[in-house]
Amino acid sequence: MGEHLALEVSGLTKVYGRGHTEVVAMRDASMRVRRGETVALLGPSGAGKSTFLLCVGLINPPTRGTVAIGGWPMQDGPRSLGDLRRFRREHIGLVFQKSNLIPFLNAVENVQVVGELVGRPPSVARRRAMELLHALGVGPRALNMPTQLSGGEQQRVTVARALANQPSLILADEPTAALDSKRGRQVMALFRDVAHEHGTGVIVVTHDHRALDVFDTVYEMEDGVLRLATRAVIDAAVGQVRAR
Amino acid sequence: MNLAVRDIRHSLGRFVLTTIGVGMLLMVVMGMGGIYRGLVDDALVVTRGVGADLWVVQRDTRGPFAEVSRLPRSLVDRVAAVPGVTDAREFVFHTIQREHRGKPLRMGVLGLGWPTDKGEGLPLVAGRPLAQNHFEVIADESLGLALGERLRLGKDTYTVVGLTRWLVASGGDGIACFTSRDAQAIQFDEPGESIRLERQARRARAGGIDFGRTQPGVLERASGPSGAVAALPGPAVSAVIARVLPGAKAGAAQRAMSGWGDVTAYTGAEQEELLLKGSVDRARRQILLFRVLLTIISAVIMALIIYTLTLDKLHPIALLKLIGAPNRTIVGLILQQSLIMGAIAYGVGFALGTRLFPLFPRRVLVTNDDLLRLAGIVLLISVVASLLGIWKAMRVAPNEAIG
Ligand SMILES: Nc1ncnc2c1ncn2[C@@H]1O[C@H](COP(=O)(O)OP(=O)(O)O)[C@@H](O)[C@H]1O
Ligand SMILES: [Mg+2]
Repeated sequence: MGEHLALEVSGLTKVYGRGHTEVVAMRDASMRVRRGETVALLGPSGAGKSTFLLCVGLINPPTRGTVAIGGWPMQDGPRSLGDLRRFRREHIGLVFQKSNLIPFLNAVENVQVVGELVGRPPSVARRRAMELLHALGVGPRALNMPTQLSGGEQQRVTVARALANQPSLILADEPTAALDSKRGRQVMALFRDVAHEHGTGVIVVTHDHRALDVFDTVYEMEDGVLRLATRAVIDAAVGQVRAR
Repeated sequence: MNLAVRDIRHSLGRFVLTTIGVGMLLMVVMGMGGIYRGLVDDALVVTRGVGADLWVVQRDTRGPFAEVSRLPRSLVDRVAAVPGVTDAREFVFHTIQREHRGKPLRMGVLGLGWPTDKGEGLPLVAGRPLAQNHFEVIADESLGLALGERLRLGKDTYTVVGLTRWLVASGGDGIACFTSRDAQAIQFDEPGESIRLERQARRARAGGIDFGRTQPGVLERASGPSGAVAALPGPAVSAVIARVLPGAKAGAAQRAMSGWGDVTAYTGAEQEELLLKGSVDRARRQILLFRVLLTIISAVIMALIIYTLTLDKLHPIALLKLIGAPNRTIVGLILQQSLIMGAIAYGVGFALGTRLFPLFPRRVLVTNDDLLRLAGIVLLISVVASLLGIWKAMRVAPNEAIG
């Protein structure tokens, strides 16, 4: 198992709609992420980045192509939606741009619930949730409802939720958009630490070029085409920031 | 962690209000059932009150409650002579409306078979059974009479010695129990003037024929009490009721009387059957249908409530799917809320009902059996009501939580 990649994607294509409404959102995308590797995904709006994450995260089925997570092929044989969902809760941590907390659970319960969903005893799940919230600096807000939290606090709770089950793959879609640069960088660094400590593969879609140095690999996507970012693109992006 | 409870706690006010609403609806369902039971029970109060094994009525009629039945008083002696019959008497029951303390007093007058029946079997809540064969009455609470109160009916005054609860006629009027003699005296009470006029008229008729003119004795008789006039029928009774020897079968006595051409005899059970199939049948069916309708309406309303509660939760439900919650969790969330709502609403309905129903003018009889059955129905409604919401929740895609 040690040699398995955290993620191996090949020939992934997603076509939305049909006939004259057809949109090819992603074309023949391939990516390999080692365990413990952090990947940044750059690209303009509408490039297909979210589509890529949704396919890799087993939320939207791809039109073509294969996804293997932790060495497990996801398109092999007839996998039911229930199976995919189960795999998702056990092996994938998701963070989205807008925080997505369950409105009727408080901060710690929002994290605790995913632990319970994989069968941890409530007390164990809660302890782990509290640890994560403290690590992310929102421990004191653990008993607040989502509406009582600021955007940044909500986002950190979401990150804690993504980490709760020690997933083998973390997928984050512009997770720091709602955070100030300091907090944003902290979250990125946290992803890196988790990746290095637990061998988790991390893919982060981001516009935040200031934090690019945290990542091992940088991809870029444009018009549905995924490729490794050239040094020039990265330098340009970083230089852009420095120049400001 | 119970998601259903968390969600309820989060929007507690709304949940409580809707649940109370459903509870009131269930109270009405419960009440309808109670009215139905009360109606049936009230219909049988009189027959149970007299406790007869046999009811003898005019041939081919359906007895004193269904239609007019006229029998000669002498039938009592014929019935009493049937082997196995221990006790036969006239059935006296009629409704009167008199004035008492300046207010109209409507009541059912029931004759008890003194001295064998002094009213010990009645549902007494105060006072005692009858102790003498005249001028005492056991009245139902609903008549508003107090123990010791004196009540003038016709030429006599009666003292209330006992009070009963829920002893009412099928029309809902409270029943007062007298000895059979007193009850008849009340029924046939005629003003002295009308008796005088009647005798006057008889005397005039007798004087108008030769026989009357030539025989002074006839004239004498004709102007006397009606009972002494051979040509006049005695007062009729509507039914004769009889008890049979303990252990003896009412059927044997019934068969003996089946040979008599002028009467039909029913057993107590047959009489109850006639009552329920006859006079109260329509009312019973009417209430039953209302009850069924109300139950369906409750189910529909609850389904809509659960459905809207689910619609409000579609985003969190999509989110739960996104983080990998199995369908079981989501079904559980909706189903449990439905069950919690059903259970609390049932409790609310019960609590409200037990306080409100006793204030109703007629009896609302909520039996344990009915409560249990309703609980089962509520359980079923809760499950069915959640189906629509569950169906909706199952169709939500996890990616609806994003964006
Ligand atoms: N559900 C959908 N149905 C149809 N077209 C979609 C859908 N989701 C995304 N698209 C289209 O696919 C393309 C890529 O979208 P997206 O993956 O959201 O880009 P990004 O996240 O890089 O901004 C866009 O042209 C978008 O309009
Ligand atoms: Mg996007």
